[in-house]
Amino acid sequence: MNADKKAVLTGAHFIDGDHAACEGAIAAGCKFVAGYPITPSTEVVERIAARFPLVGGIFVQMEDEIASSIAIQGAVWAGKKAMTVTSGPGFSLMMEHIGFAAITETPCVFINVQRGGPSTGLPTLPAQADMMQARWGSHGDYEIIAIVPNSPQECFDLTIRAFNLAEEYRVPVLVMMDECVGHMTEKVEIPEADKIEVVERKFTEKPPGEYRMFDTNGSMVPEMVKAGAGYRIHLTGLTHDDRGYPAMSPVVHNKMLRRLVDKVLLNEEKIRHIEEDQVEGADVVVVSYGITSRVVLPAVNKARKDGIKVGHIRLITVWPFPESYIRELAKKVSAFVVPELNLGQIVYEVERCAAGNAVTQLVSHAGGAVHSPEEIYDEIKGVLGHA
Amino acid sequence: MPEELTAELEIPEAKNPVESLLRMERMPHIWCPGCGIGTTVNCFARALEQSKLDLDNVAIVSGIGCTGRVAGYLHLDSFHTTHGRAIPFATGMKLANPELKLVVYSGDGDLFAIGGNHFIHAARRNVDMTVICVNNLIYGMTGGQVAPTTPVTAKGTTYPYGSYDPPFNLPYLADSSGAVYVARWTTYHVRHVTKAIKEAINTRGFSFVEIISPCPTLYSRRNKLGDGLDQMNYYKENSEIRNGADTKEVGMDFQGKIIVGKFVERERKTYRQLMNEHLTNVFGDQFTPYEG
Repeated sequence: MNADKKAVLTGAHFIDGDHAACEGAIAAGCKFVAGYPITPSTEVVERIAARFPLVGGIFVQMEDEIASSIAIQGAVWAGKKAMTVTSGPGFSLMMEHIGFAAITETPCVFINVQRGGPSTGLPTLPAQADMMQARWGSHGDYEIIAIVPNSPQECFDLTIRAFNLAEEYRVPVLVMMDECVGHMTEKVEIPEADKIEVVERKFTEKPPGEYRMFDTNGSMVPEMVKAGAGYRIHLTGLTHDDRGYPAMSPVVHNKMLRRLVDKVLLNEEKIRHIEEDQVEGADVVVVSYGITSRVVLPAVNKARKDGIKVGHIRLITVWPFPESYIRELAKKVSAFVVPELNLGQIVYEVERCAAGNAVTQLVSHAGGAVHSPEEIYDEIKGVLGHA
Repeated sequence: MPEELTAELEIPEAKNPVESLLRMERMPHIWCPGCGIGTTVNCFARALEQSKLDLDNVAIVSGIGCTGRVAGYLHLDSFHTTHGRAIPFATGMKLANPELKLVVYSGDGDLFAIGGNHFIHAARRNVDMTVICVNNLIYGMTGGQVAPTTPVTAKGTTYPYGSYDPPFNLPYLADSSGAVYVARWTTYHVRHVTKAIKEAINTRGFSFVEIISPCPTLYSRRNKLGDGLDQMNYYKENSEIRNGADTKEVGMDFQGKIIVGKFVERERKTYRQLMNEHLTNVFGDQFTPYEG
C-alpha cells in the first residue's frame, strides 16, 4: 500500500522534528490523535490539530495523558490508525496503557520527545533518560519496539516506520525523540505519496463463527477485527486465552506471555535498524543513538586523525536491542564507548552483550545540553590507554 | 411425589430470556449471591432488545472491578479496559467510528474515583455515549474499601470506624458537568431501570444512569444491614420517585431516603456536531470531514 496523495505534502520543507513527525504520522495513514499539551512535544499535536481538518483526521485534546493513551486504543479498535504524543511526566502517566496495548496487541504509536527528568525536571531541555522507561516502564513482562530519530528528516521517516511496525507486529511502537531533535529545524524531503510504503492492518477474512481473537494459526501475530464488524469480540487487559476470554491460569499466562515477547524478540533481526560507520577493523566502536550520534561525529573524526581505528554505530531501533549484533561485534573490537544523555542506560545493554569480550565505557551526561565532542573524544582515546 | 402429579408438572425450559445477549460459555459469573449487578445486566439486555438497535453496532466498555466484568459477559463487541479509563477508551472509539453505539458500564469506584476526571470531561464535551454506573457504595472486588460514594458513617475496611469522607452526589455531578440525560434508580426498580437505559441509549449525547445496587458481601455485612433481600426492602421502603428533581437535592445519607427518577433530559450538540459545524464554517469546501 502507498500513502494517501491528498495527505502527503510532497516536496522539500524547512521544518522542525516535531512538525516532521506530524507529517510522518499523516503520511502513514494516522487518522486519530489524542494528546495533552506538554513541552517539548506540543508542536507535534499543534500541527496535527491544524492539519487534520484538511486531511480527514480527528484530533482531540484530552484531559490528561492517561486519557490520551487509552483514547487512541479505542480508536484503533474502531479500525483506525492512531497515536499520542508526549514528554517527560506525560510519558510516565502513559505507562499503564503501554502495558494495555502490549497485552491486547493493539497497534499504536507513542511519540516521546524526551526532556530532562525526573519529575518536572528540565521541560525545555533535552535528555535521553527515558530509554529504560520505554522498555520497562509498565509493570510485568512485555516487549515493545522503540526507534530513535536523530534529525527532522528521520522524525518523518521513522514515524512512518513506527506505524508500519505497529501494524506488522501488533505492538505499541515508541518514537523516542528528544528536545533537540524535536526543535531542530532542517530540510525535510517528503517523497511523493506513491513512493511511501504504508503497511495496512491485517483484518481477518474468517467469518465471525470461525474467528478466534488470539489464535495465530502458527504465525506469531494474530489477525485483527474491529468493533462493529459483527464479530462480537471480547478484549481484556486480563490474561486471556485464544478466544480473548480471561483465564487465571499459569498455563494460559505462560503461553500468552511468551508469544507476546517472542513475536518481537524472535524478529529482532528483521526489526533491527543500525547505521554503521567504519566498523570493519575498528579497535574502538562508539555506540550512540538519537541526538548524541551527531555529537559523536566530530569526536570520531578527531580520533581518526590521531590514528585510532574508531568505528561508530548508531542504533536507530533501540528496542528490541540488537543483542546478537553487539555480541558478535564485541569479539572483534577491544572497546565500546557509549555516550548517552543520561547517567547510564543503554550502556548496560552493550556491556551485557559484550559479555567481557570488550571493554565498555559510558560517557554520561545529566542532560539539559548535549555532550561536547571533546568529552566523547577523551573517552575514545582513554578507553584503550591512548591518552 | 405421586406419579399423577409429576406428570402434570410442566418443567420450565432452563433458558434465560436474555441468553442471546450473554456469553453463556463464560457462566457462571463471578458475582456473589444477592449482588445487584446481574439484575442490572438483565435490565440492560432487555433494554437493548427493546431498543431494536443493530446489536453488531453496539460496543460496551468497562473499567475494572465487579461491574467492570459486565463487558465480558455480554455477547456484544466488549472491551474490558484499565481501571477508571473506560470513558476515554469509549471516547476514542466513538469518535473514530460514529456509527457505533457506545455504552460504558462500570462501578462507582472505577467511574468516580480513579476515573472521575474522565467522566466530567466526557460530559462536558457531550461525547455521544451512555454511562451506566452500578453504585454499590463500596469497592467490592478489592474487599470492601470506602468509595467516593460511600455514605458518611458507613464502614469500609479503610474507614473501619465509619467514613467521614464526604461522598459525591452522582446525578448532581453529571448534571453540572453537562450530561443530557440523568436518571437514578435502584435494583428494586427493574422496570424503571430498563426504561431509563432504553431512554439513555436513545438520547443523543452523554447520558448517565445510576443504579443503586446491593453488595451484601462487603457493604451490607460489615454495616450490619442484612443480606441482599434486606437491601431490596430498604430500597422499596425508602425510595421516593421524584422525576425532574433538582439534582442538588438528591444526595444520599447512610440508610436514608433515596430520591430516584429521571432528573435531567435536555438537548445539547454533541462533540462531533460541534466539530463538524465549526470546521465547516471555518474551512468551507476545504474541510475534509472525517470518514468513520
